[in-house]
Amino acid sequence: MADGVKPRVKAPKSAAAGEVVTIKTLISHKMESGQRKDSDGNQIPRSIINRFTAEYNGALVIDVDLAPAISTNPYFEFEATVPEAGDFKFTWYDDDGSVYEDSKSVAIG
Amino acid sequence: MEFSRRDTLALGAGAVALTILPFQAVAAADDMIAAFTGGADVAEGGVTLTAPEIAENGNTVPVSVSSEGAEAILLLAAGNPTPDVATFKFGELAGSQSASTRIRLAGTQDVVAIAKMADGTFARASQTVKVTIGGCGG
Repeated sequence: MADGVKPRVKAPKSAAAGEVVTIKTLISHKMESGQRKDSDGNQIPRSIINRFTAEYNGALVIDVDLAPAISTNPYFEFEATVPEAGDFKFTWYDDDGSVYEDSKSVAIG
Repeated sequence: MEFSRRDTLALGAGAVALTILPFQAVAAADDMIAAFTGGADVAEGGVTLTAPEIAENGNTVPVSVSSEGAEAILLLAAGNPTPDVATFKFGELAGSQSASTRIRLAGTQDVVAIAKMADGTFARASQTVKVTIGGCGG
């Protein structure tokens, strides 16, 4: 399922050096759990995002393993330290092998 | 469809299996905790787990975990068909060892968070969440 997947990230555009900032991420994905059945009683196969990572200038901020118990449109809120100007890189890994990416630049000042 | 005696017995056996299933899920949660901790002792406290007391919709229950000095936090829902919910690993640039997300809960149950501290010890916290409408589409 690679259609209609859209990552959205809220991060500050600028921060003081060493400041701790809050990041909010959301990706539109139906997160089919593999538990549900369609109207004919057939099991709907599992199709979820199984991993999410956030990095800043190549250093890891958070790495999350997701299970089918994460809601539709997986949402994460966490905090990151910004030591210098640079870029956040967010990556979502789908069960079907697709990788979705987003990035946000942060300036110092 | 007509039910023969054999079918009826099979259905009955199936119903019994279904009622036993929740206990198996709890055992699965214990197995997952053991796999995460490697059998080490888990202390109560040291982790903050924030979840609503009553969740009207089990499909999206906001949950946040935080634990100062944690390397990783394992989040479990003991009453779900598969208890695993998420594992958070914190890197060097994590501003704090905390995260929020939204999870699915099949019914009223305990949500458990286990934190792996940087010094190799483990801590846990759990909270019961009452779910009005389950979120596993059964």
